[in-house]
Amino acid sequence: MVEVKHLSKSFDGRTVLNDINALFETGKTNLIIGRSGSGKTVLLKNIIGLQRPGSGQILYDGRELTGMKKRELDLLRREMGMLFQGSALFDSMTVLENVMFPLDMFSPDSFKERQKRAMLCLERVDLLEAEHLYPSEISGGMMKRAAIARAIALKPKYLFCDEPNSGLDPKTSLLIDDLIHSITRDYRMTTIINTHDMNSVKNIGENIIFIREGILEWRGNKDEIVSSHNEALNDFIFAASRR
Amino acid sequence: MNEALHRMGEYTLLMAKVISIPNRWSMFFKQLIKEIYKLGADSLWIVIIISIFIGTVIAIQISLNISSPLIPKFTIGYTTREIILLEFSSSIMCLILAGKVGSNIASEIGTMRVTEQIDAMEIMGVNSANFLILPKILGLMIFIPVLVIFSMFTGILGGIAASYADINGMTPSSFEYGMQFYFNSFYIGYSIIKSVVYAFIIASIASYFGYNVKGGALEVGKASTNAVVMSSIMILMADVVMTHLMLT
Repeated sequence: MVEVKHLSKSFDGRTVLNDINALFETGKTNLIIGRSGSGKTVLLKNIIGLQRPGSGQILYDGRELTGMKKRELDLLRREMGMLFQGSALFDSMTVLENVMFPLDMFSPDSFKERQKRAMLCLERVDLLEAEHLYPSEISGGMMKRAAIARAIALKPKYLFCDEPNSGLDPKTSLLIDDLIHSITRDYRMTTIINTHDMNSVKNIGENIIFIREGILEWRGNKDEIVSSHNEALNDFIFAASRR
Repeated sequence: MNEALHRMGEYTLLMAKVISIPNRWSMFFKQLIKEIYKLGADSLWIVIIISIFIGTVIAIQISLNISSPLIPKFTIGYTTREIILLEFSSSIMCLILAGKVGSNIASEIGTMRVTEQIDAMEIMGVNSANFLILPKILGLMIFIPVLVIFSMFTGILGGIAASYADINGMTPSSFEYGMQFYFNSFYIGYSIIKSVVYAFIIASIASYFGYNVKGGALEVGKASTNAVVMSSIMILMADVVMTHLMLT
């Protein structure tokens, strides 16, 4: 469970996040939605510790991120997996080497055990056939799947996804959504997804927060979102469905 | 002035992050060998080709410019040797390598930054600066002296080759005599020490510019250019300081 309490963040005097309170539950796909520039990427970066909040708290199962020393933060980060918008696979490594990278860095297991674990992760995302290929040799959807395999290699407790469907066709997007959803349930992870894709919202939105101009406007789930009376949220849904 | 101080501070903080114990020694050595091959061994042919041609040209030019009968012909070999050992194989060769290797490092790390690969490492809890930059710095510091020795050897060979062309009375025997005349072996050590310092300058400055890229492909290109310009200036400044400290 990840808890955000009274989180605010400003850049050069401009408030980007204003008193955000949110609870991201374990075993569920938690979605942060909002228009481009609404502050959702800044919120995600604050949650994972890539940026420091101006004020407020971020709690990982009761452990406060903001007050952590570097060593504690490094240890916490080994419990995190992250799927970046552009996949962020290492260009100089094959798909298998990419998945093995976190294991090579932190796992005490032998090489054979690490390789077995990496192959299991690749099998989980149905990408065994691409193990020896480089990121430049595979499609966008395959890159996303490889990045998911790398993110779950160390069996993380928390999975973060930044626009996982960006640049993908609707069918592949659906596959990626389903994959993230099933992995979240199988591994009982706390998954936080940053998206503005309404298909993802309708498909896997078990816990949704809607951010507008740095303010948390609405919270609910995929069933409640269609009956919401929040004007800003309805505008967002309408605009998204018109695309 | 503020900008320069800010950059110096950033560079110092980055180096403090770089010079730390690696997360995994096995991964560090794997990276180190990769970098030695990629940055060092891959530059061997360009170093050999440039050195042969420049060695030849130096010998020909000196031969053409020494017309006085009062200056003995072995001066050509002597001067060629001194130029190659003292300045060309270390400083000039490292200026050339700053262009080749420096731009390679800055663009590689810069691309990793803009495509979030460095962020991905940080999220995993990996010290990205240490993992990416330390093997490059050490790899270059280990292999550049080897390149300098190759450059000295092939540069001299180029000079010997020119002596066979019989230009302006230059003969192979007078050239060889000149090369051995008043030889100071410390000059080889001096060149190697300089090259190790230059290797640190090239790798660390290029890494700094690459690591701090903000934006996209255009900024990666700018960082690459800035890395080459700045490391070239720093090499020239270091050359003056080290020459003053070690030879005067």
